[in-house]
Amino acid sequence: MIKVNKKGEVWVFAEQHRGKLEDTSLELLSRGSILAKQLGVKFAAVLLGDNNVKPLCDKLIHFGADKVYLAQHPLLEHYQTNSYNKVIYDLIHKYEPQIVLFGATPTGRDLAPRLASAVKAGLTADCTDLQIGSHEIKKTGEKYDNLLMQIRPAFGGNIIATIINYDRWPQMATVREGVMPMPEANGTRKGEIINETVHINQLDLPIEIIAEHIQAKKVNLKASRVIVAGGAGVGSKDNFKLVYDLANCLGGAPGATRAAVDLGFIDRDHQIGQTGTTVRPSLYIAVGISGAIQHQSGMSDSQKIIAINNDPDAPIFNVAHYKIVGDLNAIIPMMIKAIKEKV
Amino acid sequence: MAYNCVVLIKQVPDTKRITGQAMNEDGTVNRAALPAIFNPEDLNALEMALQIKDTCGGKVTAVAMGLPAASDVLREALFRGADDAVLVTDRRCAASDTLATSYILSCAVKKLKADIVLCGRQAIDGDTAQVGPQLAEKLGITQITYVEEIKELKDDEISVKRNTGNGWQQVKTKLPVLLTVIDEANTPRVAGAKMLMKNKKARTPAELEGDAGKIKELEQKGLLIKQWDLDFLEADMQWCGRDGSPTKVHRIQSVVLAAKGTKQIEATQDGLNDMIHELIVDHTIG
Repeated sequence: MIKVNKKGEVWVFAEQHRGKLEDTSLELLSRGSILAKQLGVKFAAVLLGDNNVKPLCDKLIHFGADKVYLAQHPLLEHYQTNSYNKVIYDLIHKYEPQIVLFGATPTGRDLAPRLASAVKAGLTADCTDLQIGSHEIKKTGEKYDNLLMQIRPAFGGNIIATIINYDRWPQMATVREGVMPMPEANGTRKGEIINETVHINQLDLPIEIIAEHIQAKKVNLKASRVIVAGGAGVGSKDNFKLVYDLANCLGGAPGATRAAVDLGFIDRDHQIGQTGTTVRPSLYIAVGISGAIQHQSGMSDSQKIIAINNDPDAPIFNVAHYKIVGDLNAIIPMMIKAIKEKV
Repeated sequence: MAYNCVVLIKQVPDTKRITGQAMNEDGTVNRAALPAIFNPEDLNALEMALQIKDTCGGKVTAVAMGLPAASDVLREALFRGADDAVLVTDRRCAASDTLATSYILSCAVKKLKADIVLCGRQAIDGDTAQVGPQLAEKLGITQITYVEEIKELKDDEISVKRNTGNGWQQVKTKLPVLLTVIDEANTPRVAGAKMLMKNKKARTPAELEGDAGKIKELEQKGLLIKQWDLDFLEADMQWCGRDGSPTKVHRIQSVVLAAKGTKQIEATQDGLNDMIHELIVDHTIG
């Protein structure tokens, strides 16, 4: 662990694979820079990779980083837990940042806990919000200012916990994909690139990657302005065609609850909720979705929500702006007709 | 070659089945009303370990940390085919975060000298997925997360297929290793009748409330589930419980589902036309 260091910087791990930055890292740049401003410290991205990743530094700066710590080495070409852990561990002890953030991607969730354990620091997983705040221990009256408030759903999404770490730093957190807005690039921003010398060798790569397969996601829910999502109440795979039709005529993407995915109505790429994607579109249309809290936690930040359900007491109506009670087989064709005539 | 597998299992409240009865009137959750279950992905980890034993021979030991009630999931593991079970329980474990938990578990796993340590990717109460990688770090062994299949296990080398979120990777490494297993990996077997009959009277000392006679009797029959406390583990107290946990809870809020000005729309063509019109006017669509 490192000591509490109020002058420490705010860091984001800039996750890249094959020279492409993860969206979640870019999303983190917006919030990270706000946190750093509030604390009056510099905001830095930490970029690891082989000797071809340098061009990404400018992008990180355009998206909000004041500095980029650049660690390049041929052995850092592919992410591996041990090698990446070792490089970032050394950087943390060299610069003593006060906050280190990661995207809650499979890579971030593999790396961050290993690193937190090695540093002996605290780590909060899958945060949906990060703020700066103060904490008082009532028993002793001790007060800690300017702490990172790590806000996350827990207990299957039924509670929201705010976690802090006031004595063993850095304060570390992983942040869910899609919960922070994507910042806009500013091509005129200037920043500093700091080249780091990397000390790793073959022994730091205990894993051999034998084969790899990348599947392009069939749907990009996070980027969709309109999402039409179906639940178990849609009834069948055939009936799910109505969900696609409505999404198509709005230029939107089809989504689904876990129940609908488990029933085989649509594949898992489309799943929204606690165990799927978190979305915040301009318009969310929930079709035949009862509104389990696990689903709501992935969509309740949508700007407008229309819910269609034949059960007037379905919990989804509690978060809906428009409540339509009735048979989706009758309602959706009427909606499509209304849209085609008006738009 | 036979392998010594250690599976970490956790007893969790069944957060996926929150029904009306488990909700308080103010919309908050009544945790006491939720049944305690075997963490789902830990069942996949146990199944993977049992398959290793079926194919290569060796031993499967289930380890759970928790209150004495967690003896239930250890018995369940025995019913499904585990050879041995260990309950790590101690009042001083209370308030442990993932870092302290992984330290305590590392003390227990070290005593078992595992070739392969398996755990579920994450538990459904916290969903952190942190204890696996942290435990691997504490043990100083290689971790492979999100494992969906063991491709090959030969001598001291293992090859597995792991899910990378946008595809898969096949990777190879030397033992010892820690695997975190996802639910797509397998379908866990159910309890076997023979194992159930054999172990249904197995108990931890905590469940026997320290009754020395009964403890001795079960021990002689091989039905005493091992129970280890922090003294037995020779754990360094500065890394356990509240003291060993850097993360603290600042605040807990229950998610109360609040209505926010819901407008009821008639399910008629006119009603829907008006709604679409409103959405166009406020630039939501169009």
